[in-house]
Amino acid sequence: MENTEKEKAPQYIVDVDNVTVRFNKANQKVDNLKEYFVRLIRRQLMFQEFIALKDVNLKIKKGEAWAIIGTNGSGKSTLLKVISRILKPYKGSVKVDGSIASLIELGAGIDPKLTARENIYLNGCILGYTKQFIDEKFDDIVEFSELEDFLDSPVQNFSSGMKSRLGFSVATMVEPDVLIVDEVLSVGDVLFRKKCMKRMKEMLEKGATLLFVSHNMTTVKEMCDKAIWLNNGEVVMSGDINKVCDEYNSTIEEKKAKEKKEKQKK
Amino acid sequence: MATKPRQYKEGSFFEIFRYKDLLVQLVKRDIKLKYRRSFLGYVWSILNPLLIMIIMAIVFSFLFKREIALFPIYLLAGRSVFELANTAVSKALGAITDNTSLLKKTYVSKFMFPLSKITSTTVDFIFSMGALIIVMLVFSIIEGRLLFSFWNFGIIIVVVEAYIFSMGLGFLMAQLHVFFRDIRYVYNAFSTMLMYCSAIFYDVGMFYDKAKDQINAGVTPFALYLAHFVEYCNPVYIYIKQFRYFIWVPTLETVPQWAVVTPVDFLLGFGYAILMLAIGVFFFKRSQDKFILYI
Ligand SMILES: Nc1ncnc2c1ncn2[C@@H]1O[C@H](COP(=O)(O)OP(=O)(O)OP(=O)(O)O)[C@@H](O)[C@H]1O
Ligand SMILES: [Mg+2]
Repeated sequence: MENTEKEKAPQYIVDVDNVTVRFNKANQKVDNLKEYFVRLIRRQLMFQEFIALKDVNLKIKKGEAWAIIGTNGSGKSTLLKVISRILKPYKGSVKVDGSIASLIELGAGIDPKLTARENIYLNGCILGYTKQFIDEKFDDIVEFSELEDFLDSPVQNFSSGMKSRLGFSVATMVEPDVLIVDEVLSVGDVLFRKKCMKRMKEMLEKGATLLFVSHNMTTVKEMCDKAIWLNNGEVVMSGDINKVCDEYNSTIEEKKAKEKKEKQKK
Repeated sequence: MATKPRQYKEGSFFEIFRYKDLLVQLVKRDIKLKYRRSFLGYVWSILNPLLIMIIMAIVFSFLFKREIALFPIYLLAGRSVFELANTAVSKALGAITDNTSLLKKTYVSKFMFPLSKITSTTVDFIFSMGALIIVMLVFSIIEGRLLFSFWNFGIIIVVVEAYIFSMGLGFLMAQLHVFFRDIRYVYNAFSTMLMYCSAIFYDVGMFYDKAKDQINAGVTPFALYLAHFVEYCNPVYIYIKQFRYFIWVPTLETVPQWAVVTPVDFLLGFGYAILMLAIGVFFFKRSQDKFILYI
């Protein structure tokens, strides 16, 4: 709205334009032929739609760090998935001008039966890197994950924290233009979490763009300068982090207070 | 950034070229895990087709009166090709649904999963050629002449055809399986039917002989239609025929008419393969964005 003349230039690195995401919320999903035909005959073949995101707009400029806040089930992860191309919007469009590293869930491609070494290659290739490139980065990845002694043991013997170390190290082996982080760091220990934060900050300093989801307001304020607040799939507010967070906090406080009152009434 | 070139359109089939290193990793994983888990490993993958071949050879030589020269080689050759296509497709069928958690968390070309299953089955097939070599060696000794020849290398063409064909059918089944989980039963029934139509333990010459009798007797030559159906409408038989032409036919002193492969067979073989691939890719591409809503 503010800068209509500049609109034409590709100034946004992430441009989420009027995005609506629809899920099938049918309590009984029809996933076999038999049921399909039975319902086809009975004319019960319906798609119980559930709108997880509704007309969401989010324009991000290069180098910004955005926090996505909202209660459980408000659509934060869904928004990240649309931006990372995992989900296709039902309506609207998403444009990303650059490479993305998304940490929706760490170690998504980790195969527990393979060793850490094999998993580094497998995971790297899933993210679209070439073998040669992973060869070059291999030592860095191992060093960052601090798993030198476990390289040749199967990942099924790892603790969940160790797995996320592996996942984070692979996912951030390259400096992406856009880094997407869902609540993935909650499993690591304090030291590793600090290390990850440091790495993310370094990336930000080098000009990367960040999209970050966390329920921890202190971390959010530490990392981000802008925020978008989602509620039931709709944008409530977006803009400066402090404004949005304060508003969000006060709404939540209000809600809590209301609930308390209702309890007391009973 | 040079590491993530964007030459291929997202969601297109050709994106597989961007992920070629992933294909290598996935195939390596399948092969490694297969041989790592079992004690006998490679020995078992050769022993298994050998044992089945021996049982089938004994049973069918009693059942059919017709003499097929070097029947064990004939049988094993036919069965190997059928099993290649069948195993490849039935593994590809579950490839999307088995990678649910991955597909929900990262973007990756979805074609890669059926493709890697087809590829690892093909690599496995090449390993299992050891069984065929053993049988041919044994019969070389029994017959007192060398049964191997340069022609044998022709099977590479057949493997390429079967690979492309299975890929197409695999993509088609994998995407159907996302929406209809019981499609596996339909596929199993279909593949059993196909097996009986693929002249694995009998020969097409049988139909032609029967057809002659029918024509002489003045009745409609149904056997002839059946023979044509198997020979021209069943791609799997076309591949089996070619495979035998390179393995079994060179060992024969007199070559039966029905075993001779002509350029038409290659044309048909590649034609079916490419047609199947086009169909598979078309439907897979059309429905791939909906996968995530159903897995
Ligand atoms: N595959 C799916 N099928 C149906 N509904 C889904 C699917 N994925 C998410 N949803 C629904 O979409 C809504 C938003 O989910 P989402 O995961 O984006 O929430 P979130 O904001 O990340 O929550 P949290 O803070 O718990 O992580 C939820 O109500 C959820 O039930
Ligand atoms: Mg979430």
